[in-house]
Amino acid sequence: MARVTLEDVRKVYPNGFEAVYPCSFTVNHGELIVLVGPSGCGKSTLLRMVAGLESITEGEMSIGDRVVNDVDPADRNIAMVFQNYALYPHMTVANNMGYGLKNRGMAKAEIEQKVNDAAKMLNLSDYLERRPSQLSGGQRQRVAMGRAIVREPDLFLFDEPLSNLDAKLRNQMRIEIRSLQRRLDTTALYVTHDQVEAMTMADRIFVMNAGRIEQIGTPSEIYHHPQSTFVASFMGAPPMNLLPARTTGNTHVELADDLALPLVSHVDYAGPVQLGIRPEDVRLKDGGDGGTPFKLDIVEELGATRLLHGQLAGHAFTVAIPHEERSFDDTLTLDLPQDALHLFDHETGRRL
Amino acid sequence: MKRAVFSNPWLPIMLLVPQLFIIAVFFYWPAGFAIQSSFYLQDPFGFGSTYVGLENYTDLAQSAEYKRVAWFTLLYTFAVTFFSLAIALLLAVKADNVLRGAKTYRTLLMWVYAIAPPVAGLMGVMLFDQSRGNITKLFETFGWEFRLGVDYWDTATAMIIVAVWKQVPVNFIFFLSGLQSIPRTVREAALIDNRSATGRFWDVIFPLLAPTAFFLLIINITYALFDTFGVIDTLVKAEPGNNPVTLVYKVFIDGFRGNDLGGSSAQSVVLMVLVLILTIVQFRLMERRIHYT
Repeated sequence: MARVTLEDVRKVYPNGFEAVYPCSFTVNHGELIVLVGPSGCGKSTLLRMVAGLESITEGEMSIGDRVVNDVDPADRNIAMVFQNYALYPHMTVANNMGYGLKNRGMAKAEIEQKVNDAAKMLNLSDYLERRPSQLSGGQRQRVAMGRAIVREPDLFLFDEPLSNLDAKLRNQMRIEIRSLQRRLDTTALYVTHDQVEAMTMADRIFVMNAGRIEQIGTPSEIYHHPQSTFVASFMGAPPMNLLPARTTGNTHVELADDLALPLVSHVDYAGPVQLGIRPEDVRLKDGGDGGTPFKLDIVEELGATRLLHGQLAGHAFTVAIPHEERSFDDTLTLDLPQDALHLFDHETGRRL
Repeated sequence: MKRAVFSNPWLPIMLLVPQLFIIAVFFYWPAGFAIQSSFYLQDPFGFGSTYVGLENYTDLAQSAEYKRVAWFTLLYTFAVTFFSLAIALLLAVKADNVLRGAKTYRTLLMWVYAIAPPVAGLMGVMLFDQSRGNITKLFETFGWEFRLGVDYWDTATAMIIVAVWKQVPVNFIFFLSGLQSIPRTVREAALIDNRSATGRFWDVIFPLLAPTAFFLLIINITYALFDTFGVIDTLVKAEPGNNPVTLVYKVFIDGFRGNDLGGSSAQSVVLMVLVLILTIVQFRLMERRIHYT
């Protein structure tokens, strides 16, 4: 059973740059955690600290019951899959997968057995004697997976493992990695900047920004209840619309003097806020009273959906509607449901 | 490879002419001359020559002196190549691990490269000098009475040390750039796979350096065989006597000190064949083996 626990773990580089601010969390056994965020947000640094490739400046990290702060990477019983696969170019596929086992002093026959099993699982049996340079990108990716699997680690670490694959292969490998991880019942940390990967693969998502963990939650929590404007705009494509607005301390939020929207519950705070609305929560209104006027500029056709870009109360606004909706005039009326309105502090960006 | 097509067939030829001219004048012509004169016995005062066929070569094959020099050349080449590669590799690995001030170290280590061989030889003469040499004095404290230019093996040691010292920077630069071209993630993958640093070096780092190492091996053999002329010349002070010399130096001694142009030409033809073989080996192996990408 491998739980990963971080207590106030912090990373400061010698030049004073704080890559990871003190953070604490626990990853339960068998969970797949996705660390997601823009480049430079510290997600890879965090992963590399778990791997032991970066030192931990402060705090305590344990894998299972063991504090691993000063444990050699080879002794942590982890396996890592790198973005560019990091295969040993001079070794055959079989040797690439078996190298770690050999160094643990495992018998040759046993290594061969494990490598063959993993190769079968990954459809690599025919390629065991090849060199990495003789394989396609997808096959190399599988070898990297195989190298991780044969170790039977307590913990898988994935550092953007799918970034170098084309879109189709990426979708396929996403599912394969997920099902492998389930089948092997191994805890996994997965770093990506791709929010689709995060949403589809994760048991829980850690959204990181500028060295801090902004929010921890299931994909659904992250999507439906973003705790900050950063999470709101980072997760979801197209991103959530964010509009400057103000609350008056009652049950309405005002976008403009003559445009007030009703809220689900009473808000005590009165003052400027940021109002967030997901493009896909908005409906077009077929006549009737009320509604919010929307000035349409551009229509983006995506097949299953259409994106309408335009202006709402003088601010850029995007609406996503199902493809069967009718054609459009320059001015439309929108229905903004109460429960689709998210309010954020206008300065800190935190959810109100 | 990209195929370039010239509309005017004379243009590529014109572009090649300067290079071909230089090769012809400075290599093919003297080489041809050497081959020709290796079949003749020249009058030492330049009053003509007699055709002697292969006699110069059979003389060489029977000469005990030539065999001795050939053996020494072999030993010398092996020692210089081995030590300059080994020391350079060690320094490169250490420099590669240095995080702070790495540039300074590298520059300092590369400086020696800029020193001309005869100057290096002269410095060797000073350092190994029988009465004043610092290194001689150092050896003295260990009870080794070092006599440069008198004792055969002492001179050989000095020759090897100076030649190695001169060659280490070149190898160092190549090894270091070879090390730095190894992807960081491959090293990190090895870090997770193997806890022993020595094991990681021999299993992962060294095999990835092999193309560089092989290239350097050929370069160093060539260097030890041919380019150490200046070092040897200053160390033995053109007084070979009982001192060790290499095949290349013997060509010079026999030809220009002994005035045996025919014999000396035969020796240089032998060396030419040696270079030819080395080149073929180099191209064959370089093309075929040790390629990963």
